[in-house]
Amino acid sequence: MILQALAFYLFAGITVASAFMVIAARNPVHSVLFLILAFFNSAGLFVLQGAEFLAMILIIVYVGAVAVLFLFVVMMLDINFTELREGFLQYMPVGALIGIILLIELALVLIGWQLSPEALAQGQAPPPEGMTNTHALGGVLYTRYIYLFQGAGLVLLVAMIGAIVLTLRAREGVRRQSAAAQFARRREDAVAIKKVEPRQGV
Amino acid sequence: MIIGLSHYLTLAAILFTLGIFGIFLNRKNVIVILMSIELMLLAVNINLVSFSTFLNDLVGQVFALFVLTVAAGEAAIGLAILVVYFRTRGSIAVEDINLMKG
Repeated sequence: MILQALAFYLFAGITVASAFMVIAARNPVHSVLFLILAFFNSAGLFVLQGAEFLAMILIIVYVGAVAVLFLFVVMMLDINFTELREGFLQYMPVGALIGIILLIELALVLIGWQLSPEALAQGQAPPPEGMTNTHALGGVLYTRYIYLFQGAGLVLLVAMIGAIVLTLRAREGVRRQSAAAQFARRREDAVAIKKVEPRQGV
Repeated sequence: MIIGLSHYLTLAAILFTLGIFGIFLNRKNVIVILMSIELMLLAVNINLVSFSTFLNDLVGQVFALFVLTVAAGEAAIGLAILVVYFRTRGSIAVEDINLMKG
């Protein structure tokens, strides 16, 4: 039990510290790297809670896809980031005020809130005994939530098509082979036969 | 020293607040704002998973999976819009984004 508590405090501490560095780092590349660290540590928290599948998905999706996407964009765009940081201190009081108000509100909720005993008995899908987390999750996801699952797939498809359509551009001034135009070319389009009278020019 | 539900909820609350704070702090940099939104979604996911564990109910984890899906799609679309915007304007400063103002 003491080991679990130590692991929780380790993961939680690193998560909060790296989340703070994400918003405070000067260089956006460092922000992305701290974001990756935060996601790794929250994956550790998920493992601690027995949600192994979500932990692995978090690493695969966030670290493998989203964070690399962020890194690509940060490195590919030629932006003067120091210019963007102007007014950092100017916005600090407002941001801190709103953050503290929100934190106090959340703390009030946490203090005044307690778990009712009936809520424990009303689980919609209690995990079956002797089953791995992935197996149990799949059993719920592919039966009761199949339409939502399909909808999630649709969301990803639309996101993929949207990203491609948004960033695709036809560049001008680039010579590119067009097979269709080559095949569609007929003899009549290309060759003109002229009768040339002798001793006269064309 | 038992780690209960309230420990996880406190952690998620702190993460969410840090996300909000990040949006206000980096008001000019869209990339960091997007990262702050990712942090807030992570806090939501931690909440869902901890309720799922402590209430002994798998539905929370299913929901966290959907939140993860939407977060991935949102990041992809947001960054694509960012790249297109940078191509047309040569800047990603938030206050320059006023092309659609009448």
